Parts: sequence; C-alpha cells; structure tokens
Amino acid sequence: MKKVLALILALVMAFALVACGEQAAPAEAPAEEAAPEKTSFTVQIGPNPETLDPALNSAVDGGNMLVMLDETLLIIDENLTVQPGQAESYTVSEDGLTWTFTMRDGLKWSDGSELNAKDFEYSFKRVCDPNVAAPYGETVMGMVKGYAEAAAGDLDALAVKASEDGKTLTIELAYPCSYFDKLAAFGTLSPVQKATVEKNGDAWATTPEGYVCNGPYMISEWVPGERIVTVKNPNYVGGWDSSRIVTDEITYLLLEDSSAAFAAYNSGEAVMIKDVPTEEIPSLTKAADGGDFYVDPILGTYYLSMNTQKEPFNNPLVRKALNLAIDRDYIANVVMQGTYAPAYNFMGTGVTDFEGMFIDNAIAANGGTYISQDYEANLEAAKAALAEAGYPNGEGFPVITYSTNEAGYHVPVAEYLQSCYAELGITMNIDKVEWASFTPMRRAGEYEMARNGWVMDYNDASNMIELLYSTNGNNDGKYNNPDFDAAIDASRVASAEEHFKALHNAEDIMMADYACIPLAYYTDFWLQSSALQGTWHSPYGYWFFMYGYLAE
Amino acid sequence: MAKYIVKRILLGALSVFIVATLTFFLMNLVPGGPFVAEKSISKQAQEALAAKYGLDKPLMERYFTYMNDFLHGDMGVSLRQRGRTVNDIIFSKFPVSAKLAGIAVAVALVLGIPLGCVSAYTRGKLPDNVIIVLGTCGIAIPSFITSVILLYGFGVKLHALPTVGLNEWKAYIMPVTALAIYPTAYITRLMRSSLLDVMGQDYMRTAKAKGVSSFKILFKHALRNAILPVITYVGPMLAYLMTGSFVVEKIFTIPGLGREFVSSITNRDYTMIMGTTIILATLVIIANVIVDILYKIIDPRVKLK
Repeated sequence: MKKVLALILALVMAFALVACGEQAAPAEAPAEEAAPEKTSFTVQIGPNPETLDPALNSAVDGGNMLVMLDETLLIIDENLTVQPGQAESYTVSEDGLTWTFTMRDGLKWSDGSELNAKDFEYSFKRVCDPNVAAPYGETVMGMVKGYAEAAAGDLDALAVKASEDGKTLTIELAYPCSYFDKLAAFGTLSPVQKATVEKNGDAWATTPEGYVCNGPYMISEWVPGERIVTVKNPNYVGGWDSSRIVTDEITYLLLEDSSAAFAAYNSGEAVMIKDVPTEEIPSLTKAADGGDFYVDPILGTYYLSMNTQKEPFNNPLVRKALNLAIDRDYIANVVMQGTYAPAYNFMGTGVTDFEGMFIDNAIAANGGTYISQDYEANLEAAKAALAEAGYPNGEGFPVITYSTNEAGYHVPVAEYLQSCYAELGITMNIDKVEWASFTPMRRAGEYEMARNGWVMDYNDASNMIELLYSTNGNNDGKYNNPDFDAAIDASRVASAEEHFKALHNAEDIMMADYACIPLAYYTDFWLQSSALQGTWHSPYGYWFFMYGYLAE
Repeated sequence: MAKYIVKRILLGALSVFIVATLTFFLMNLVPGGPFVAEKSISKQAQEALAAKYGLDKPLMERYFTYMNDFLHGDMGVSLRQRGRTVNDIIFSKFPVSAKLAGIAVAVALVLGIPLGCVSAYTRGKLPDNVIIVLGTCGIAIPSFITSVILLYGFGVKLHALPTVGLNEWKAYIMPVTALAIYPTAYITRLMRSSLLDVMGQDYMRTAKAKGVSSFKILFKHALRNAILPVITYVGPMLAYLMTGSFVVEKIFTIPGLGREFVSSITNRDYTMIMGTTIILATLVIIANVIVDILYKIIDPRVKLK
C-alpha cells in the first residue's frame, strides 16, 4: 500500500500548490451585482505598463494610460490644438518668460478632495527631485528658472509658484520656450496628490486605492500582466466634455504577444488591439476600403545613424551616396509591408509649424523633398557622389558594419540595405546586437552605422531636430556642425514664428550635410471593430478613448 | 530521517547562497543596464537613478548590501516595475504559476502513468504503437505550437474558451493542456520503459509462477518499482513548470512568474533577476528533498543519510 501512499503524496504535493494558489487568486466575478445596463468595452494598447507614475513614466503605453487617467494644465484635442485642461486659461508675458495659468473652479481628485494650483506646484517640483529621478525631468522642466538647483536637491529654487488661494500657477522660465504650452500638456507634468505619494511612497501608483488621479477615468482593478480595469471618475472636472464621457468601464488587456492580441480581437474579447501580427497584415482590409485595419502616422522617424567622426563617414559625399542609394518606397511598402511611410525629409507628417504643417512648409520652400522621390535618379547621383569621394564603383571603400537589434523589421531592413549598398560596390556586414547592449553601444559611438529611431515627446520640431545638436545626449552620429548648432540656438526665442524659421534653417543644414539617413516615418497600425465609436488616434501615438462607446 | 531532512535543508541553503552569489556577479558582468531606452535620459537623471537604487556603489558593497537585505527577507525593489518590490511581485505571481503547474503535473501523472502501463502491457501491439506515436509527438512539438493551435482552434474559431487570463475554470483548460502535453508524454515513455524493465526481472517471473493474478502483480510488485524514475522526474519538473512556462503565460496572458524570469533578464532588472533565480533554486532543492523522502516511502531499501 505504500506505493499508493506515495502516489497520493505526489498528488498532494501538486494539489497543495493548487490550494495555495486558490487563496491569492483574484476574487472571481465581483461585478455580478453591478447594474445590468453598465456600459463597457475592452481594448489592448500594449503590455503591462512599467509604471503609471507620471513623473517616472517614459514609455508610450504608460503615456497612453496617463492621458486617460490624469489631466495636465492644458490638453491637446483631436485636431492637435492645445485646449484648456485643468487650467481654464493662461497668459504669457511679453518676453515669453513668465507663464501664468488660471485654474478651473471646482477641480477635484478622484477621491473627492480639492485640487488646486498648489498640487501642480508640488508635482512640478517632484519631477525635478533627484530622489524621484524622473527620466523626463530635464525635458519638461529644464527651461524653468532654478531647474539646476532643484535637480541638485533644492526644490524650492524652482520658479514654479502657486498663489496663496491656489487659483493661479506662475512659472518663470530661464530662457524663452515658445512651445511651453505643449509641455504643459505633456503627461509627465500631470498632477500627483501629495497625500497619497507621502503615504504610499513610490508604490502609490501601483494599486487602485493608491492611484488618486484627476482624469476622466480612474483605476478600479490592476492585475499586473493581465488587465487594468478603469471606471468613470465621478469627480472629474476638466477640459474634456463630461457629457460625452458615456462609457462606465474601460478595460485594457495587458497583452505582450501579438497572436494573443489577435485571438482576443477575433474572439470578441477586445474591440480594438494595437499589436497586430505582421504576418496577418496582407490578409487584413484597410479601413479606407471599408475594413477594420487602420494605419495612421505618428510623430516619429526611423533613421540610420552614421558615425560621422569615423572614416569614411566623416566625408559628406560618402554620406550622400549612402543616403541616396536606398529605395525608400520599397522599404516602407514592401519590406515593412506598408506599416511605415517612406521618409524623404527628416521631419515627418503630423509635426505642426507656426502655421500649417512643418513638412508641407519645408517642401514648399525647397520646391520638393530634401531627398528626391525618384529612386533611379538618386542611385545615379549616389554613384556619382561615391566616385567624387574617391571610390569609383566602390573601389577602395572599406567593408562597413551596420549594427541593429533584432526586433520588428530591423533585420529585414538591414538585409535590404546590404543589397542597396552592394549596388554601389560597397560590402556591408550586419552586426546583430542584443537590445540592452545596443543603445549604450550606439550612444558611446562604438559603431559605424546603426539603426536609429525617434518618436517625439511633444509636437514641436525642436524635439527631433535637436537630436543632431553637437552636445545632445542622443546625438549618436556625433554630428558636429557649428552652423547647425547656431541655427538651433537661434530657435530658442519667445517668438514662435522665429522659432520655426530657425528650425527650418537647421533642417536645411543637416539635410545638406546628409547628417543621418532618414528611412521611414513611423505609423501606428491597429485593428478596431466598427462597433467602437467616438475614439481617435493622435500622432503622439496615443488612442483617446474618453468619448468612446459601443454602438448597437 | 529528521536528521537527514535538516542536513538536506542546510545543504540546500548553501546551494542557494552559491547560486545567488554567482548570479549576482554574472549579471553585473553582462553589458547594458536597467535604464536603457531608445532615448537617452540626461546624464544627471541617469546619475540620480543610479543613486536612488544604489547602483553607483562599488560592486562588492552592493553585493553585501543585497545579501544582508536578503537575509532579512527583503529582496529589494524592482528597477523596472517602478514602485513594486520584488517580494510583492513574486508573492503575487507565484500562486498563479503554482496553481497552473500543479494542475498540469497532476494531469500529467493521472494520464501518463496509466498510459505508460497500457503501453508496456501491450508491447508491440496496436495500443502500444498508438501511444508511442502520440508520445513522440507530445515530446517533439514545442508548447508554443500547441498553444497557438489551441488558441486559434478553441478561442478564435470555436469561441469555446476564453483566451485571456485565468478568471474562470474554463480559462485553465488551454494553458493546462499546453503545459501538460510534454510531461504527460515524457511520463508515459518513462513509465513504459521502466515497467518493461521491471517486468523482465526474476521476481516477476516468480510471482507469475506462484500464480499471483496479473492485476496484483502489476499493482503490488511492478508499479512500486517502476514508478521510481517517474517520482524522480516529477520534482524538478514541477519546479521548471512553475518558472519556465514563459511561452504559455505570454500567449494566454497569464500573470505568472515565468514571464518575469525572461523579462527580468532582457530588462537587466537586477533585483528581479536575483529574486527569480533564488526562487527557482529554492524550488528545485525543495522538490528534490521531497522526492528523496518519497523514495524512502516507496522503496524501504533506500537509506537516507
């Protein structure tokens, strides 16, 4: 009988684990008692967000959640215009250095307590706090007077001041920043409640109870790695039209795997998914043709960095040849299956200008894109440039190495580049580098050519063009042209008109130098059932669901 | 036996210590860091982050700090899942994985042992051949294939089973199936070969010659000896299923420990790497001790020293 005992023991061992799992498993179906007419829908916009703390977040999926859960001083509407959010209005002094925001009346936190300008003062200082170590601190607060002292620990030095009655918030800048309104609408500058932060520490943003927020929705359940359930914030007062916020509950599935997302969409568990398996794309019907597959540009450019400090990439003629030998239409539409758009300028679609769109104005001013859209002519010009550089038909040109991490289309693009450069007589090797080592290596300049990409944080062209500023931390190509730096310096003025003029000048200079190789513009592509109405996608890479509802 | 158990536990603790030490230094040798992103953050912000998590200290000092905290039951805060402690993450995800792995092991035992017996008893005949073919498939087909096939079949096409999470009993069917196929097939083969081996022994012939019924021979004499290799296999398998179910967890969106293993390494989330490694080492050691004790119960000739 002992062997039976043994078997039983083995089973008990297994079931003991089952039992211990039972206790901690999430309570099942607590929603049964809720009113039957409760409206809800489920979407998928990315994996488990690493953090929902506005100050700590630096990822797009977290940023999208912040848009739904928190509200900044100003917000950006579906037409990409800046609108009043928690502030009902703002004024800027003549010299562009003093920004005064007037708060709305009756603002509240999701727990019902009062919210005013003092909460913003606290939150803005928190973003600068070295003990918080906010990755975007300098991006959003670097131009504020006293930032350096605040970042060193003296938070009160930061020139952000709420009035005694909490009605106005005054911010003094150290130098003019014509796009500070867009920064005031950036998720990092969402208010956080001092009470919950002090009570719970960094863990405040990890539980529904701790996450006191001020946006249209609030968290009711978060199972890390599985789902976040949000419900309408009953205390919401702000820039979004409360009468259009109609859905009671929005659930975000935290899927990592695109085939799992696709299954959830097809089984009806989600009405919208962001992670579409690329192998399914050819069989999907685009929204323009009456289908449910959407492709929409975002503010980002897929480009290649060349180490401009190294031979032979220090020669602009070589950079020109490497730039022009690529069929961008083929890359975007064939290699990347139409999930990217070909890039002939550095600054892409959706980036706004003083008036109109940045790219439209650049094309009008230059009589066309910087890189011609005629591939055959480009290839001839590339061969000529290479010959002029002293390498006719690629003779004497060293073997070059292209570094990339393995994800998405990076390797297919690399293999295509190999064939492009072979046309010039250049041999290119591909060096596949693991992700965590790749970006530090690129940053340190330990490469010849490398994949690169940038998705803008806020809609101002400077956010991307400044990547090529000589001392910028993301200037991976180590590009250094005093004229370019001077143009960027000239853009840091109060007048938005002059600001953009200088940025156009900067793009002219860097494209004339072929400082990098723009390849394609990023897009977001997703599946959305026609039942889900009232939502929109913005070029920031966010989906706005606050006005979303399920149509019958 | 108590003495033996105490000894094993002490040895186990030593093993965990060695594993932890090796992991700590190895992971710090790998290039890259936890705060890597496409966009570099300012040097000042990087330094502030490093200071906040103590990564600016010398390696040896960090090692001693970590070990000291660990001995006090504190595995630190995750460097990537901001605001969450490693203890919280592991103890909220461990039960999910444990439950799933426990059910999968139970299924594998309940199916694998009888199938192995049938296979051995009908050696060379049709049932045996069918079981061998199925068993080979079960071992050869990786779980991501079975997971995706199940997902498309039962989730997408038939709409019969939920595809996300573990919120109802039906949700367990697909992930448990995907997890249990390999161990079931393995146990079947193990059981078959070891039973065939045992059936060729002299004492089996003696029992048969004495006229003992074949039912009794199987249950009283053959199974007890043949099951030993299976028991050996079950312990470590349980540990690996609990921590190594990365693919199944990812495809069925199960908030378990398996995913933390892989993502902590790709993210260079040092404290999570330490936490998950220590948990795996501990589980394997505990499983092995239990297996040894089971051995003793099944086969009294085994001496535990």
